[in-house]
This record gives sequence, structure tokens and C-alpha cells, in this order.
Amino acid sequence: MFDQLSDRLQATLSEVRSRGKLSEADVDAAMREIRLALLEADVNFKVVKAFTKTLKERCLGAEVLESLDPGQQVVKIVNEELTGLMGGTGSELAMSTSGPTVILMAGLQGSGKTTACAKLARFLRENGKKDVALAACDVYRPAAVDQLATVGKRAGAHVYEQGTDADPVEIAGWALDRAREERRDVLIVDTAGRLHVDQDLMEELTRIRKRVKPHDVLLVVDAMTGQDAVGVAESFAEAAEFDGVVMTKLDGDARGGAALSVKAVTGKSILFASTGEKLEAFDRFHPDRMASRILGMGDVLSLIEKAEQQIDGEAAQDLEQKLRRNQFTLEDFLQQLKQVRKMGPLSGILGMLPGMGAMKQLKNADVDEAELDRVEAIILSMTPEERANPGLIKGSRRKRIANGSGTRPQNVNQLIKQFDQMRKLMRHMASGKTPDAQQIAQMTGAAPRPRVRRR
Amino acid sequence: MAEEISASFFDRIDEETWEQLEEALILADAGAPTTAKVVERLEHEVEGGAVPADGEAVRARLIEILAEVASAGRAPIDLSAEPAVLLMVGVNGTGKTTTIGKIAWHLSREFGLSVVLGAADTYRAAAAEQLAEWAERAGAELVRGQEGSDPGAVAFDAIEAARARGADVVIVDTAGRLHTQGNLMDELTKVRRVIDKQLPGAPHETLLSIDATTGQNGLRQAKIFADAVEVDGVVLTKLDGTAKGGIVLAIADELGIPVKLIGVGETLEDLRPFDPTDFANALLAE
Repeated sequence: MFDQLSDRLQATLSEVRSRGKLSEADVDAAMREIRLALLEADVNFKVVKAFTKTLKERCLGAEVLESLDPGQQVVKIVNEELTGLMGGTGSELAMSTSGPTVILMAGLQGSGKTTACAKLARFLRENGKKDVALAACDVYRPAAVDQLATVGKRAGAHVYEQGTDADPVEIAGWALDRAREERRDVLIVDTAGRLHVDQDLMEELTRIRKRVKPHDVLLVVDAMTGQDAVGVAESFAEAAEFDGVVMTKLDGDARGGAALSVKAVTGKSILFASTGEKLEAFDRFHPDRMASRILGMGDVLSLIEKAEQQIDGEAAQDLEQKLRRNQFTLEDFLQQLKQVRKMGPLSGILGMLPGMGAMKQLKNADVDEAELDRVEAIILSMTPEERANPGLIKGSRRKRIANGSGTRPQNVNQLIKQFDQMRKLMRHMASGKTPDAQQIAQMTGAAPRPRVRRR
Repeated sequence: MAEEISASFFDRIDEETWEQLEEALILADAGAPTTAKVVERLEHEVEGGAVPADGEAVRARLIEILAEVASAGRAPIDLSAEPAVLLMVGVNGTGKTTTIGKIAWHLSREFGLSVVLGAADTYRAAAAEQLAEWAERAGAELVRGQEGSDPGAVAFDAIEAARARGADVVIVDTAGRLHTQGNLMDELTKVRRVIDKQLPGAPHETLLSIDATTGQNGLRQAKIFADAVEVDGVVLTKLDGTAKGGIVLAIADELGIPVKLIGVGETLEDLRPFDPTDFANALLAE
């Protein structure tokens, strides 16, 4: 997410940094790079112009020139300005005080509304213990109702649908009545994707809004949207009076400048970020953290929050004890692996770590999820005894495990070997020694990179 | 959003003229590098006297340059094989299934060809149902698998069915995927390999759908999809909005992949062949 932009800014600013003091020419050069990087990131042309103008004025201000490290000051200013542009700290959904909270979802075709509806339903169920219903008002796209019914059910929501013959405004009203009757906490209204220039459909959206009087209207915006994001957001602001934005497809490598543009021209905050194919890949959007991330400072806070949510404290203490006593078994390893994987795809987690954006070898690191599946399958094919004491695993046991997990005996061997090395490493760490690179490389099965000799 | 670049725009040419032209092209999503290239070339020709400094002439030359850039690698869609196999790929939500429905309709209703659709999007809920509706409208046959089944197997079956029945064209739909999902891109490469195995030389045409609202990320999409499945052309969808789809200019310029079809609306007739000159004119419109 935003990787290339953070690289660009880092490259530009590292030059400034090494020079110590900023001249006006330095500032101009940095601004040019920032301007290009932002355009490349699809931030709207006009927003970029205004942004670099403010930035330049602040960079040329006395606070920079008098400071000891102007380079760092620029990073700080860019960070502050980007954070400001993206909306300061995170905003919240408005919730109803009596009766169901109604959330209306709108957006262009293909921005990911239906999926976002199901993900939001799941999010509210998990994080707010809400009883959620979904209203299927996209009667135009073939099979859209079926899609919502399927993903809605997966998300644990009630799906209210009347097929494709009814009028969307009527369906919305009917669904609201039903949500009230059945005392649901939240009703999320899915609508058909529509072009912001399609007057009939935009009027229909206005009618749906007037009919259900939503507490929140969310505009769903594809993170890959280009310069047109501004025009789209302005039109939807008028017809749907949206309160906030859901950014989708943020798991790709789009730099997501649309997020900046939409916020800058409509003043509406990005509330949620959708980051993957799975229903769980949906989270609050953190504008302040996002700016730090653009600058390559990493999204550590998000990662910590995610880990806290997924790993329960007691289990962690238990594990620490085991590590100290060197009683860590394959069973524990399996539990660990499952915990980490609950946080989402590993490639996503890597992206949140500081400095990862700049590390070329990790840039396209594709963590092989299939390999992890294999490891899980192998351990699951072992008896509890074998998991506690992998030393037992010899010839026929090995063969049985390989058969059971659909792998080959070599794979089983390899896993046990790596596990042994990991245990050794942990013993080292528990005794307070730092592992060396060689050991880590052995553990992960990778060859250490040769040191480049300076000539 | 942008001002229209009319002939009178070039009546007085100074630094600001070029800056505004740059702005217009960037606002159309043509991207900074391609924009700079086009503007520099025109500026050079005007200053060198190769193009008379007259509004009409400068604008006409600009259209020519833009159309030329957009025409890189152009060739018609090849349907000569029997059956001809089309593979549709692209990021989620770019309009693959809808485009296939429209192509099937045109081939079947206008050219009288028999069409088989392969629903190899076995991932998204109700994707096959969506394609089934299109198949019915177009009078095409649908071959589908279970949800979650192997997309390669569905493609294989679709081609087999087409050969058995002597059908003219097979169009294989695939699940939308972000180009950054390495495992899903590998899956796509495998689908292509399976198709080639079933019918050597196929797919005869691999089309990438690009949403006209897409910004600079479209270039990455095209590059990575082309690496995975040898993309022959782009279908530029959703051009009926205010987005100009200028990213395809960058795709043609930097990767040599041409646009073959454009989608300008939701109805069946709204799929058209790409015309570089019309496209160039639209880029400069208001």
C-alpha cells in the first residue's frame, strides 16, 4: 500500500538530509519530486498543486532553516501536512440511539460495494456485537442479489431480498420495516453501482436515502481510481450526501492517492479500508498512521492493534513460559502459526513493518501461503505424542504423516529439521543471547546473502 | 473537470499553453511520463516550425500524435481459429463478465457465430449465475463448474464442449484478481497453459479489462497481467462516465499493448471497437 510513493519521498528527502541545510533550490527539487510522486500516486492535480504550495511555504519558513536537521524537519512537515490532508485522526460511524442504525452504501460499478457490505456486517458483528441485516437493493446487475445473499450469509448477517422485480426504493423501505420488526441493530443497504453522471440512477439513490433516512451514507471508492475520483466524489456528495468513505482494494499496489483527493475536495473522512479477498480483510482506516506509512515510517500501531485483537493475552504468557523452559512443541508451533495467520496474509503484515517499503528483496516478497498450508497439514497428521516429541518420528511414522497430509516424507523431515533449529534458536534467545544471521537463515530455510565487498 | 483543449486554445502559444495542456492530459490519467513525452514532442515540432503556429494545425497535430501513441501494436481481434478461444482477465470489478456478455451477444446475434462461454470464475459468489444470464441473453451455451472448483478444468471443459459441437468461439471468463496476488496470478498462468494444452495455439486472444476510472495503477496491472498471460489487447470499460481512460495511452506507450474494444454503457450495444482518433478527441474534450 502506497509503497512506491514512500520510496520516492524517502529518496528525495534522503538527499536533502545528507546536505544538512536547505536552500530554496533544495526545496524546489524536493517539491518537484513530491509533486511527481503524488501525481503518480493519482492524487488529483489540483490537490497536488495546493498541497505542494503549502508545503513549500512551510519548508522555507524559519523553523526549518534554523533547525539543526532540516531534512528531518521536511519529513515532519510532509507527514503533518499529509495527515492533515487525509483527515487527522480516525472518524466513527454514527449509531442510532433507538431502532436500527441504517447504513446506506453507494458507489460506482465495480468499486466493491457488495463485498464491502458483507465485510462491514462482519466487522460490526465482531467488533460491536451487532445483529446486522443486509438489504439487497441492486436489482440491475445480474446475480447481484445472489452474491449478496451468499456473502451476507457467510458474514453471519440476515439478508433481506425481494428478487430483482421490485423497485429498489420499495425494497429499501420494506427492509427497514422488517429490520425494525425483527429488532436488528444495524441495517446495511446495498445499492446498484451507478455512474455519477447517470441522472435517473442518481435520483433513485436520493429517493432511497429519503426513504430510509440513513444514519450513515458511505461512498465506496476503489483505491485504484485516478484523477476522476474528485468528480465522482463531488457528484455523490450531492446526490447521496455521504458521510464517509470506504476505500477498497487497498491490498493491491495502488498508491491510493484517491483517498487524499476525496478527502481534500469533500472534507469527508475515510472510515474503513478493505484489504483483501477474505471477509476479515476489512478494518478502520487510520489517516494519521497512513501518512506515516506514506513516508515509510511503517504502520506499526495498526500491526500492534491487530496482534492484540488476534492473540489472547493468556495464551501469550503460557507460551512465554514454555519458551523459557524449552518445552515448546510442534503443537504450540501449530497454534502460533494459526494465530499469526488469523491476522491476515503474511505479505500484508510485512507491509506494515517500518522500512519494509525500502527493502528491495522484500518488495515483492510473496509469502507462500500454500507452503504454510502444507506445514499445518503435516502437523495435523501427527499424533499428540509425535507433536510433543518429534524425535519419535522415524520411517513408518514419517510415511504415515506424509500420506495423511498429502506431502512427501522429505517434506516431513524438512519440517522437523527446521523446527529443531527454531527450538535451538529460541533457547538461545531465552538465555539472553541474540541469534546470528546464519541461524535465522537456517531456520527460515534461506541461504544467507553474501556480503558485498567494497572496492 | 479540465478545460476543453480547442483549436483556439492554441491561438496564442506560450509557456502557460504547454502547462495547461499537460494539466489536461494528467487530469485524463495519461500519467506524467507519457504526458511529458507528448507535450515535448508537440512543443518541439511547433517551435521548430514543422507545424505551423496556427490553432487548427496545432490541435490537429496533437490529435495525430495522441492517436499514434494510442495505436501502438494494433491488430484486429483474431477469430480465424476453429474454435477461436478468447480469454478474459483483469482486476476485480473492472467489468470482465459484462464485457464477455456483450462480446457474446455481438458475435452471436450480429455475426451469427455459435458461442460457448466458460465460467472459470469459480471464486466470486454468484459469478457463474451472472454469466448464465448473459449467456441466455446472447443465446450462447454456458459451461460451468462447482463454486470453488478448478478454473483450469472449467476452461478445459468449455473448449472440449465447443469442439464437440463445432462451435465457432469460446470465451473464458476468469475471476477478478489483484495483480499483486502472486498465487492467483500463477493460477491464471496455469489456466492459460491448460487452454493451450487442450487446443494448441489457444487462447488466440487474451483481453485485459481496464476500468476507465483507473489511475496510474493501470500500468502496473497491464504489465503484470501481460507477464502472466501474454495480453493481446485491452478492453477499456466504463467510458460512459467522466473518466477519460487516459491510462491506456500510457499502457500503449510504455508496454505496446493496444486497446481493442471500449465499453460505453450497460446495454448490449454499448461495446465498440476502439478508434484512436475518436479517443484522442475525447481526451481533449471538456
